[in-house]
Amino acid sequence: MSTVQDLSTPHAGPLPGGEGGRTREITYAEALNEALREEMRRDPAVFVMGEDVAVWGGGGIFGVTRGLVEEFGAERVRDTPISEEAIAAVAVGAAATGSRPVAEIMYVDFIGLAMEPIVNQAAKLRYMFGGKARVPLVIRAQEGAGRGNAAQHSQSLEAWFCHIPGLKVVTPSTPADAKGLLKSAIRDDNPVIFLEHKALYFTKGGVPDGDLTIPLGVADVKRVGSDVTVVGVHTMVGKALQAARQLATEGIELEVIDPRSLVPLDEQAIVESVKKTGRLIVSHEAYTRGGYGSEIISRVVEAAFDYLDAPPVRVCARDVPVPYSAPLETAALPQVEDLVTAARALVHNER
Amino acid sequence: MSVDLRTPATIASTAAQLDLREALRLMLTIRLFDEQAVALFRAGEIRGSTHPYIGMEAVGVGVTLALRPTDYVTSTHRGHGHTIAKGGDVRRMMAELLGRSTGYSGGKGGSMHIADMDRHMLGANGIVGGGMGLATGAALTARLQHTGSVAVCFFGDGALEQGVLHETTNLAAIWKLPVVYVCENNQYAMSTRSDWSVAGGDPASRAAGYGIPGLTVDGMDLVAVHSAACDFVERARRGDGPAYLICTTYRYHGHHAADPLNYREREEVERWRQVDPIERVKRAVVDGGVMTAAEVAELERGVEAEIEAAVEFGKASPEPDPDQLMTDIYA
Repeated sequence: MSTVQDLSTPHAGPLPGGEGGRTREITYAEALNEALREEMRRDPAVFVMGEDVAVWGGGGIFGVTRGLVEEFGAERVRDTPISEEAIAAVAVGAAATGSRPVAEIMYVDFIGLAMEPIVNQAAKLRYMFGGKARVPLVIRAQEGAGRGNAAQHSQSLEAWFCHIPGLKVVTPSTPADAKGLLKSAIRDDNPVIFLEHKALYFTKGGVPDGDLTIPLGVADVKRVGSDVTVVGVHTMVGKALQAARQLATEGIELEVIDPRSLVPLDEQAIVESVKKTGRLIVSHEAYTRGGYGSEIISRVVEAAFDYLDAPPVRVCARDVPVPYSAPLETAALPQVEDLVTAARALVHNER
Repeated sequence: MSVDLRTPATIASTAAQLDLREALRLMLTIRLFDEQAVALFRAGEIRGSTHPYIGMEAVGVGVTLALRPTDYVTSTHRGHGHTIAKGGDVRRMMAELLGRSTGYSGGKGGSMHIADMDRHMLGANGIVGGGMGLATGAALTARLQHTGSVAVCFFGDGALEQGVLHETTNLAAIWKLPVVYVCENNQYAMSTRSDWSVAGGDPASRAAGYGIPGLTVDGMDLVAVHSAACDFVERARRGDGPAYLICTTYRYHGHHAADPLNYREREEVERWRQVDPIERVKRAVVDGGVMTAAEVAELERGVEAEIEAAVEFGKASPEPDPDQLMTDIYA
């Protein structure tokens, strides 16, 4: 059974040093909080809105917006009613007129109520108006399972947004990535769907001091290996690193790649890795059917078919609503052992 | 129940300040533009669909003349009138309808997606209720950046039944945002009669539920629309929050240029044409000594020539190059 400890993401290598090369150990939630705080200080057009972002527990159900209302006031840190469509729709209108909203949808599962403004307004205004509009909007939401939140509070829905031209989609797995990517997302002139993972909020990692920005569209090789490429999203990065440590004792070396943003996707990094290893596993907590892993596999097959020694494999969630009970939830989600088994089978040609 | 906050004196004052000649010019431009659009659609020169604003000119013009250039407007699928009223260029509009590279969107949007961001016209919109968030968000920018701008959201009676109207009205009311929601009740959402689809009778009565003013006016009467709009726009600008302005009006044509029109009687259309908003303004300017009948005729000929020139400009413009297909997706 997964615990928060299991889900932590160790670092493959040293992080780029910040000012003076100093790095602090902070949580993923604290890193996101720093990103928001720094960007709000830097640019008065940035503001935050969403359900329970200001008052509840000092700011946000996971503390991501903690303390912001004290520093920036209630005008720029706006608690909203439970109106997801209005949150997204009003944020689009604010973004199109010169603001830089960071709107929060508390659980990505609730975003079905807000799909119209995201899909038909935010993503399309620029194109429909022949390039005359800019929509510098960030929609933050958290997704993922592992906490017993059951079917309407545990989904991973990133594929919905990857399907829509005009949106960018970001999925950080470490505190440093969370901070650097959120700062870049806020500075981006396009609508960015910024998806956090609820089980990662309290995991710790090194975050360099200073103005840390990480460009969207650049993957991070979290572990170098020669035998199997594992492309993981969110918690599956950490699980892949655990599987790699286990398999290393058997002489199987995994290369673990975190794309960090799914749109734009660093296809080259993934393809280059597969050309080296000849084997590919994609892994996410999103449902297998129609998941973004299938898109990654398609791209690799199109770009590097001749390099593949075995059919690519999806180690993703089962196609079932996320169940409540611990053993059922664990069975629905891809686990370290599933990655280990899949990698062994690929290497030993057991398919 | 409508709540009219105006006094006879304020109504007379806004009427006196209204530039009737400019209003008439804009109303004629809208009508002649859309008559051409319908003709071009029937001739097969406009693709997809086009939704004429003919009959509703007093609403778009009456409201927009209550605005400053920096105020925002969001529109609907029936958006030509709002764009023209906000100062849009009919040549670039017609070119867009004809799918040409010189159009507002370079041919990427068509009739339902014309915006003039420089004039704070935030676009026609193909989604019923799609403008509500945009207008309310524009009002939030105005509030956060202290610009003094107001946003006007035009929407049809069909959008009275969309959930987003409730969410955005509620949010604008509790935040006291400077936005005015203007319903163009043209009696039909495609074939669906608004006197059947709208529960509770007069839609203006819903405003009381949000603690905001709501007023229903004769949408075929330019002065009535303008006076009410001035009142609500300035109220919003003062920081007193949103309002509902319901304009009772009628579209002479169908929902779009290919409407079967099997759901209403010809006599009904004739009754509404008896209170035509443009004819009423023509009579008012002549009776009031603002213009002579000859000047009105000259104005109309000038507008006709402008629309003909717009059609010629559009037809003479090139279609977009295929290499433009994948541009403008991301900034």
